Amino acid sequence: MKDKLNARNLVSALLVAGLLLLPLYSQASGNVFVLTLFTRIVILALAAASLNLIMGYGGMMSFGHAAYLGIGGYAVGILAQEGFGSGFLQFPVALAASAIYALVIGALSLRTRGVYFIMITLAFAQMAYYVASGLARYGGDDGLTVYKRSDFGGLINLSNRTQFYYLCLACLLGVVFLIWRIVNSRFGMVVQGLRSNEQRMQAIGFPAKRYKLMCFVISGTLCGLAGALLANNTDFVSPAVMYWTRSGDLMVMVILGGMGVLFGPVVGAVAYLLLEELLSQVTEYWALIMGPLLLLVVLFARGGIMGLLGRLNRG
Amino acid sequence: MADPLLRVENLVRRFGGIVATDHVSLDVAQGELHAIIGPNGAGKTTLISQLTGHLTPDSGSIYLGGRDISHLAAYRRSALGLARSFQITSLLLDFTVADNVALAAQAHAGHSFSFWRNARKESGLRMAAQAALERVGLAHRAGVLVSRLSHGEQRELELAVALATKPQLLLLDEPMAGLGVTESARMVKLLQELRKEVTIVLVEHDMNAVFALADRISVLVYGRVIASDVPSAIRQNEDVKRAYLGDQHVVTAHG
Repeated sequence: MKDKLNARNLVSALLVAGLLLLPLYSQASGNVFVLTLFTRIVILALAAASLNLIMGYGGMMSFGHAAYLGIGGYAVGILAQEGFGSGFLQFPVALAASAIYALVIGALSLRTRGVYFIMITLAFAQMAYYVASGLARYGGDDGLTVYKRSDFGGLINLSNRTQFYYLCLACLLGVVFLIWRIVNSRFGMVVQGLRSNEQRMQAIGFPAKRYKLMCFVISGTLCGLAGALLANNTDFVSPAVMYWTRSGDLMVMVILGGMGVLFGPVVGAVAYLLLEELLSQVTEYWALIMGPLLLLVVLFARGGIMGLLGRLNRG
Repeated sequence: MADPLLRVENLVRRFGGIVATDHVSLDVAQGELHAIIGPNGAGKTTLISQLTGHLTPDSGSIYLGGRDISHLAAYRRSALGLARSFQITSLLLDFTVADNVALAAQAHAGHSFSFWRNARKESGLRMAAQAALERVGLAHRAGVLVSRLSHGEQRELELAVALATKPQLLLLDEPMAGLGVTESARMVKLLQELRKEVTIVLVEHDMNAVFALADRISVLVYGRVIASDVPSAIRQNEDVKRAYLGDQHVVTAHG
């Protein structure tokens, strides 16, 4: 499909431009906080984008996606604690651990569908949560402080706020680009076909489970990257990042932004986390306002913000 | 006679106490158009679903080209050249017409663990899709979303999707279901063309169509094959007339 100048693409382009220029604004205005906030937003947008691959394109409602944030984070934290500070080791381990977890969980969960799939992915993520809580050597319930961020030699310094932000942003844009290639590839066509009508896809000759599992593993691996970045961002990793409410947050970001739309989760993550930040400055009961807002979006803006923009364009 | 392309032996499938397929045996020769008729609830769709692998038989065997496929998964049978159309239209509604057919071609053009190249730009797949669409007269609708097609067009697309898998054997489950008179006539004409190239098993209620098209007809009643013969013999068969009772004029009046 050709790129068109429509509301959706315009918003996506403006958002990317804004994210690219943010450190300049932060520097000029001396507002350091905004950069810290947006580093977190960009990392969670990456996690949401990975979730969108299975949820939006693949139709697999995983309610346990936060597990990968923890697995990626603990890979960094545990290796750092054990004296392996190199990012060249930590990041590949974080990705590999996430991939293996996804492979095992996916192989088991994909035997079910619908509500059962949601519940079983949730159950596995809660298991991961309790396993992390039991890691006495690595802080248990209290979590694990990462005293030194991943060391990438002279290549990039993660302790430099701006450099770290750009690393996260590069990862996000890289992942979005990768997902764009994937969903338009043969593989992506099959995955979306399975979302649409699995029986038909089997009848024309596709072994459904294999493709779904592969998609599940890719998604989990990409989310593991977000986990590794998140641990570096907070210099800390705890079981809480795997808690089911965090998985719910990621789902909300995807739905809010627009499922199955490339930049949907990025828009959703920015909107959700900014709103959370703003509302929490106004009142500590911010969730009371956030809840109804989300309800309105689900009820009246099907397809999320991107869906709304899409309709806007059609007039 | 040479080995039949499709051989069904003593196939049984029960749903609780109901025997939906009751020791069905059936031979379909290469190049033949074999129709399966029978009153409502005779187990025609159940039979087709076992042939395609969407249902597993309780006992009995199915052979395709001499190979036992009774326990192969649906996608494996598709790879061996078995294609089906669904009685209730089953398409990818949120995909375009061309995408639906291209995916069918893709399923039979190597594996699909290819993550980078744009599948919509693979000329091989697009050309195969276009060819199949031309066969059924839908080429001009290639870019339209399937959910926007008329019912008749969706039935034709079902056929194009099946054709794009380059089948040896085409299982058509009531392709005329819900079609108007003109649309039905077009479908019959289309099937008359297709039968020259591919072996077809046709399940159909439209007796005009069945008697116009079939080389052989099997009559299914309460899950059992009560007769299997050429159309003229079926028309004279006393058991068949009895099975259809009040409907017997349907069998005798036409042709």
